Amino acid sequence: MRRQLLLKDINVPGIQSYDVYRRQGGYTAVEKALRGMSPEQVTEEVKLSGLRGRGGAGFPTGLKWTFIDRKSGKPVYLVCNADESEPGTFKDRYLLEHIPHLLIEGMILASYAIGANTAYIYMRGEFRWIFPILERAIAEAKAAGFLGSNILGSGFSLEIHVHPGGGAYICGEETALLESLEGKRGNPRLKPPYFPAVMGLYHCPTLVNNVETLATVPSIITMGGAEYARIGVGKSTGTKLISASGHINKPGVYEIELGLPVEEFIYSDEYCGGIWKGRQLKAVVAGGSSVPILPADLILKTAKGEPRLMTYESLAEGGFQTGTMLGSGGFIVMDETTCIVRNLWNFTRFYHHESCGQCSPCREGTGWMEKVLHRIEHGEGRPHDIDLLDDVAKKIEGKTICPLGDAAAWPVSSAIRHFREDFEYHIRYPEKVRNPKHFEIEPLVPRRHLATA
Amino acid sequence: MAKITIDGIETEVPDGTTILNAARQIGGAIVPPAMCYYTSLQQSGGKCRVCLVRVAQASARDPRPLPKLVASCSTPVQDGMIVENITSPDVLEARKGVVEFLLINHPLDCPICDQAGECDLQDLSYAHGLATTRYEEERRTFEPIDIGDKIKLHMTRCILCYRCTYVADQLTDERRHGVLNRGDRAEIGTYIQKAIDNDFSGNMIDVCPVGALTDRTFRFKSRVWFTRPLDAHRNCEKCCGKVVLWTKGEEVLRVTARKDKYGEVHEFICNECRFEHKNLSDWVVEGPRHIDRHSVISQNHYEKINLVALKKEIERQIQFQKGRTNGNNPNALTA
Repeated sequence: MRRQLLLKDINVPGIQSYDVYRRQGGYTAVEKALRGMSPEQVTEEVKLSGLRGRGGAGFPTGLKWTFIDRKSGKPVYLVCNADESEPGTFKDRYLLEHIPHLLIEGMILASYAIGANTAYIYMRGEFRWIFPILERAIAEAKAAGFLGSNILGSGFSLEIHVHPGGGAYICGEETALLESLEGKRGNPRLKPPYFPAVMGLYHCPTLVNNVETLATVPSIITMGGAEYARIGVGKSTGTKLISASGHINKPGVYEIELGLPVEEFIYSDEYCGGIWKGRQLKAVVAGGSSVPILPADLILKTAKGEPRLMTYESLAEGGFQTGTMLGSGGFIVMDETTCIVRNLWNFTRFYHHESCGQCSPCREGTGWMEKVLHRIEHGEGRPHDIDLLDDVAKKIEGKTICPLGDAAAWPVSSAIRHFREDFEYHIRYPEKVRNPKHFEIEPLVPRRHLATA
Repeated sequence: MAKITIDGIETEVPDGTTILNAARQIGGAIVPPAMCYYTSLQQSGGKCRVCLVRVAQASARDPRPLPKLVASCSTPVQDGMIVENITSPDVLEARKGVVEFLLINHPLDCPICDQAGECDLQDLSYAHGLATTRYEEERRTFEPIDIGDKIKLHMTRCILCYRCTYVADQLTDERRHGVLNRGDRAEIGTYIQKAIDNDFSGNMIDVCPVGALTDRTFRFKSRVWFTRPLDAHRNCEKCCGKVVLWTKGEEVLRVTARKDKYGEVHEFICNECRFEHKNLSDWVVEGPRHIDRHSVISQNHYEKINLVALKKEIERQIQFQKGRTNGNNPNALTA
């Protein structure tokens, strides 16, 4: 029996509006917390729930809240990271568009817990049409007394502002987001010394949380942290939104209980409904474009032969050699006709375009990788290019200011690790790969195509 | 105070010192190179990644190593920290990688670049670069532009260290240039071709680690190693007036601020001193500027020679040679 916490009311007509949302039991968590709980108790419930950041890194949310320096005497800010730009991830957009009050409710609770009186929603620039939806929802919540000064007579005040960004992927990195919110160029800050919990927005303590993370908080307060922690497996508690896309019969946003086997998620009719056109599974990118790609055998079963589950731990089992990451939940499925090199070139082109250009390895390396991949994919590759690509990726990984460098390097390293045959085929048969649909015309025979390496 | 060990050498530095500055206090080969960090410019550093080092022990309390290489210019020391720079193969490999990245879009036009001979990137490539390139693609190019009447910008040579933007922020009253675009298309620019015209704007030329910003009054006048640098000063109302004159005969070709051995200026000079006073008679000459023996600029040796020391050295060498021909060498021909 699958449980839904975030999406349970998503199909109720008019859930975008305050009245319908309230009728469905909305804002009861705010009432419960502001009337009967102290901020510390709210944080304690979130800690107890085992909720982990849903933006990609999976850091325990309750613990992050306790890092906020409340004794500095400076104002504390809450920033909701709605700059969802990871290729393959579209869960936050779905929440923002269809059930904005859930996020606002979560933001009220989080602000109350950390003592913030001003909160910002940093929204991706391309989500232009969501801007009025959020503005209206905030106005409705304010009219109903859930925002503004002295909410529900508790003495707690909160204002929420929506700030549309310029549509840069890098502004999803929390320190770059804060720079951008301050009106500067979206370059990530150096950590140390700029840890947001101590020196965040305007050098004040700031909490940055993902949309989905904040939207989960009302459920935790309503049902209690201990009850929430019962959903899921081990340290992966609760439900998670998965944006399923690619060569499957039913792409879309699904709410799963963590611990669901990957095989069931791909093949069950309740979720993705199997691979389209009756084809075979070739590869899966399990958590958004930046996590390592895995071939079919390794995504369904771990290297030890155990079934792989949709949890933070199970997907990461085997490290980067045979594992991947849950990331932000962008689940991209590829069938047997997919060209891994073309797909990788596309990803790398994205990172090349989105690199901020602040630190050298990412600025120069992403462009270099894109050019080499473009060459290989268009039938101009040379045998030494594969090792060159691997080496460039290695020299970017872990050497940059922010995780964008890692995000650009991991897909490249993992694709070469698991799909070397694809690369060799491209170099061996340049005339065949000049047609972009080469693997649909003639399926790849997985064998070594080059004598070298 | 914090005790810190860098490449096996122990030292004690005040709390809050960065690893790079601690290493500079020790000096010698263990000092990490730095292309973007600049002591006298706040917030600089952390960008070029050539100063990456490995922290083998985070502190006395937490003996675990740090998971990633850290930028030594922006990481403060902790008591009991153990740092590996040239003793770590990982660090040297990473540095090689960064140098390669810095060079793939660099035009390598040193033969026609005014910075050649005093270029940080040249030194760095010499120490850590590859002899060949693995980059076969076309390089990113820009047209050189004049930003103001005194400074030329060759964006193709720029490594985006951001130092010049910090100069504009921290020394001048208004910054009129900045970084436009992003990724490898990022460029230093003045947006609507605004001229940079400020009393201290010339310092951007001095802080530039490469030949991206050059002095238009000196361009193509001479290779820097054919000039004679002299320490000089004058009474200036705007700045300290302490400069280096780069002369050829009686002619002053260029005036710059004084750089320390890490190529950093600590006392900035004004544009009047830099551009307006190109006569030796405007200056009180203190004497020849000390140039490191390893620098190409020192090839025209002109510093006052310590005759006593030189005599001793010649004596020592003669003795050494004698020792080799007599006795010590069994194969030596003896009459």
